[in-house]
Amino acid sequence: MSYVKPKFRHPKLPTNSLGYSVADYDGAISTLCAGCGHDSISAAIRNACFKSAIPPHRIAKLSGIGCSSKMPTYFLGRSHGFNSVHGRMPSVATGASLANRELTYIGVSGDGDTASIGMGQFVHLIRRNVNMTYIVANNGCYGLTKGQDSATADLGSVAKGGAVNPFDGIDLASLALLQGASFVARSFSGDKEQLEPLIRAAMAHKGFAFIDVVSPCVTFNNHAGSTKSYAETRAHVDAMQLDFIPMREEIRTQYEAGTSQTVTLHDGSVIHLQKASSDYATDDRAAAMQAIQKAEAEDKILTGLLHLDPNSQDLNQLLNLANKPLNELDKDELCPGSRVLDSINQGLR
Amino acid sequence: MKKIKGVNDFVVKFANVNGTGSASANHLFAKTIFRMGIPVSPRNIFPSNIQGLPTWYEVRVSKNGYLGRRGGVDLMVCVNPQSMEKDVASVDPGGYFLYDSTKPLPTHLKRDDITYIGIPLTQMCMQEFEVPRLQQLLKNVVYVGALAALLNMDLSMVKDLLADQFKGKEKLISSNVQALEIGYQYALENYKCPLAIRLENGNADAPHIAESEHILMNGNTAAALGAIYGGATVAAWYPITPSTSVVDAFSKYAERLRIDPGTGKRNYAIVQAEDELAAIGMVVGANWNGARAFTATSGPGLSLMSEFLGLAYFAEVPVVLINVQRSGPSTGMPTRSQQSDVLAAAYASHGDTKQVLLFPATPRECFDMTVEAFDLSERLQTPVILMSDLDLGMNDWMSPPLEWDDKYEMDRGKVLDAQGLDEAEKWGRYLDVDGDGICFRTLPGTHPDKGAYFTRGSSKNEMAVYSESGEDYVQNVDRLLRKFDTAKTYVPTPKTHPPIEVKKPKTKLKIGTLFFGTSASPSYEAVEILAEEGIPIDTMRIRAFPFHNDLDDFIHDHDLVFVIEQNRDGQMRQLIMNECQIAPDKLTSVLNYSGTPITARAIAGKIRETLNTHSADVVALRPETA
Ligand SMILES: Cc1ncc(C[n+]2csc(CCOP(=O)(O)OP(=O)(O)O)c2C)c(N)n1
Ligand code: SF4
Ligand SMILES: [Mg+2]
Repeated sequence: MSYVKPKFRHPKLPTNSLGYSVADYDGAISTLCAGCGHDSISAAIRNACFKSAIPPHRIAKLSGIGCSSKMPTYFLGRSHGFNSVHGRMPSVATGASLANRELTYIGVSGDGDTASIGMGQFVHLIRRNVNMTYIVANNGCYGLTKGQDSATADLGSVAKGGAVNPFDGIDLASLALLQGASFVARSFSGDKEQLEPLIRAAMAHKGFAFIDVVSPCVTFNNHAGSTKSYAETRAHVDAMQLDFIPMREEIRTQYEAGTSQTVTLHDGSVIHLQKASSDYATDDRAAAMQAIQKAEAEDKILTGLLHLDPNSQDLNQLLNLANKPLNELDKDELCPGSRVLDSINQGLR
Repeated sequence: MKKIKGVNDFVVKFANVNGTGSASANHLFAKTIFRMGIPVSPRNIFPSNIQGLPTWYEVRVSKNGYLGRRGGVDLMVCVNPQSMEKDVASVDPGGYFLYDSTKPLPTHLKRDDITYIGIPLTQMCMQEFEVPRLQQLLKNVVYVGALAALLNMDLSMVKDLLADQFKGKEKLISSNVQALEIGYQYALENYKCPLAIRLENGNADAPHIAESEHILMNGNTAAALGAIYGGATVAAWYPITPSTSVVDAFSKYAERLRIDPGTGKRNYAIVQAEDELAAIGMVVGANWNGARAFTATSGPGLSLMSEFLGLAYFAEVPVVLINVQRSGPSTGMPTRSQQSDVLAAAYASHGDTKQVLLFPATPRECFDMTVEAFDLSERLQTPVILMSDLDLGMNDWMSPPLEWDDKYEMDRGKVLDAQGLDEAEKWGRYLDVDGDGICFRTLPGTHPDKGAYFTRGSSKNEMAVYSESGEDYVQNVDRLLRKFDTAKTYVPTPKTHPPIEVKKPKTKLKIGTLFFGTSASPSYEAVEILAEEGIPIDTMRIRAFPFHNDLDDFIHDHDLVFVIEQNRDGQMRQLIMNECQIAPDKLTSVLNYSGTPITARAIAGKIRETLNTHSADVVALRPETA
């Protein structure tokens, strides 16, 4: 096969600033169940990368195991992907990010993958503030192994077989906040207006950006009685609207005074938040915690950008790593040579 | 009583209490002998405890250059009342027992076939020093001083070493020297010095260490230096004895040798992971992304890493794992040595897996093989496990100096860059274009339109597309087997030595021995003991798995082959039987799994005993000499 130029593009398809069309961010055809929330998340990721004009090959997609973790096959076909082992994508992503600090890393996981088997790695990923976007497609169950309750299933949620969940669910967004995550958001797979700008903001953030996305499993957890069904989520969601304005782009929309908040990211990008019922400054971790709890008490699911730490330092900075990606260092930069070894020998005599 | 005699040929054992500062004094003793140019091999035998339990330090002095354990004790230095009874009993008849005579020796500990040397260590220190901490610590230095007189050590060398050790802390040097002197004087005044076992300068021409200019270092430090020189940029680990000091040493050298001169930033990353699952996960991620990354672990850590080892094998991601073996299973005896992870490592993980193993026997090999492990893992796109052990990793060994060829180039294996991708006629991640089972890989971020693929632990076709077709699966795992076969041509070859001439052999049998790692030294020694007795034995030291074809030939060329190793189940023997289709009765195990390294005497004894049962073929053998 000789060198082929990038695929022929339909002249009418709009392109981003790099000249890529949205189709250049497509992946393989999804094999998930029709209507699965995860497919909407895939689409949102694709659109976010397209709109933010990130070269597809400069993105690496990582996942664990589960229906959700299959998602990376279905977007960004020109990016390298790694479908690793159940619950342990965080460590693989950490290693990848240490090896090359210049790529954009997107991790996709499930509630089983993150809140159960991968809980240990998840909290440590937060603790290390690895520079990546980490999305949990949260359906309250194990889709791939046929619908068992997951650890995020809400207390009292009724499983398809009729069993009532007797345990308190783990709220991953609260956990991430408590553990000091520098970017915490929650969203709903059915709300692409909110999800897309959130993903764009997450990718622009320097450090660990967590998005918990309620993503209904149509096959095992979308019935009456389930708290993670489409209907139930729609009925209780309390969504902030937000715009993401990348650096160098002008803010055009006029926002009504007092109803909104502007958050500036380290690279100069801006997030414009239209508050829903609660009103607090997103850099205030404790206020974010309170807002989540208040919404919960009112039987609402607060979605949007919950917290952002503008002073975030990512793992590469915390470890004082060289500016050049470690995987590009050559022999001369790595190997001290024979003279040094001779002096080491001398010290051992 | 016939006293044991010997110049530069004896075993001294120290019985101490953990956490009382004996380690540095004992090291001082061994290092002085090393500096005198006499072959010496010191070994720590320590408990899994920070303070208070008995600990031993065994120093073998061998004019022949034998560095393995011989067995037996000629001089016991006992400063631990807890273990005294056992320590007295362990001295060979005719040997010596040095003890703290501040309190009289209990009468039931008196033997009439050994010589007692009492030095009032506690009393001397109480008189001489005021600070309680020093009174305690310097007892150890006082006995080193006494030993200097008793064994004819070079006192000025001991002082030089002390000065090195406490450079910049002049006060400490003077109190240490004072302790040394009073011990020395006391021994001179009260005992006939030197004893019949003693040291004399120089023996560097000993047969087994003939190349002089040896260094004294432990295998873990050597492996860490191998990682520095091999270009490792990411180390991820979780603390566990006895592998912890690999990363400690890597960190120490990296801080010195891997700082970017322009920015002062680090050309390496070390992450103390939350567990071994994460440690190896990070190594997999970093290697997948084109950095040389490694981890070090032991025992339970290897078990935890086994899921990822399966993924890395099947998804073909390079991994370097330094496994410093200890006594298992589970926590077993975490501070005792064994070679008992052979099978767990060779077949690590679920499904059909085979892992590449390297077996170093000296610190020099720990260094060389670690560098080689990085090259091999990238060349073969698979995990490579360095199979060290506690004895090699944590004890100081005399070793040929580390050497480096400045012309060395890292072998990054078959990786296509952007230009390579443009020039390639057809590229598929799992297309075996060369027929050696090794395919071309690409790294994330390389090319705008080409070379992207999905790495997964699930089955796939040659183009890296998810596939549950049985044919695709079989084709893939068969190729992996082909790749493992290719590995034979890359891994270090086994070592043989010309057989020792035996004038009038007492056996018609062709006898061979197989061994690896720390079983090598005492095995060579045992073979020489038996050669003296008229039994010629050939040797082969295994250095890697997959096994080289020479191993098959060696086994087929001998009537009887002993496999010498340090585990209960004869794991290397099983691996050989499994991989080389060898009849079980061809291979006889010589085993030790007590946690203390195998001795030459034990090996010789077991071989002798086995041959005696083959009496038709063997003329009467001499019994074991004590
Ligand atoms: C070590 C291990 N244990 C169990 C499994 C089986 N397994 C596959 S996916 C899965 C649960 C996935 O649930 P979740 O992460 O919520 O993803 P979903 O399918 O719901 O999107 C389990 C238990 C596995 N692959 N590996
Ligand atoms: S089982 Fe559930 S989670 Fe899995 S693909 Fe189907 S709908 Fe989605
Ligand atoms: Mg789920």
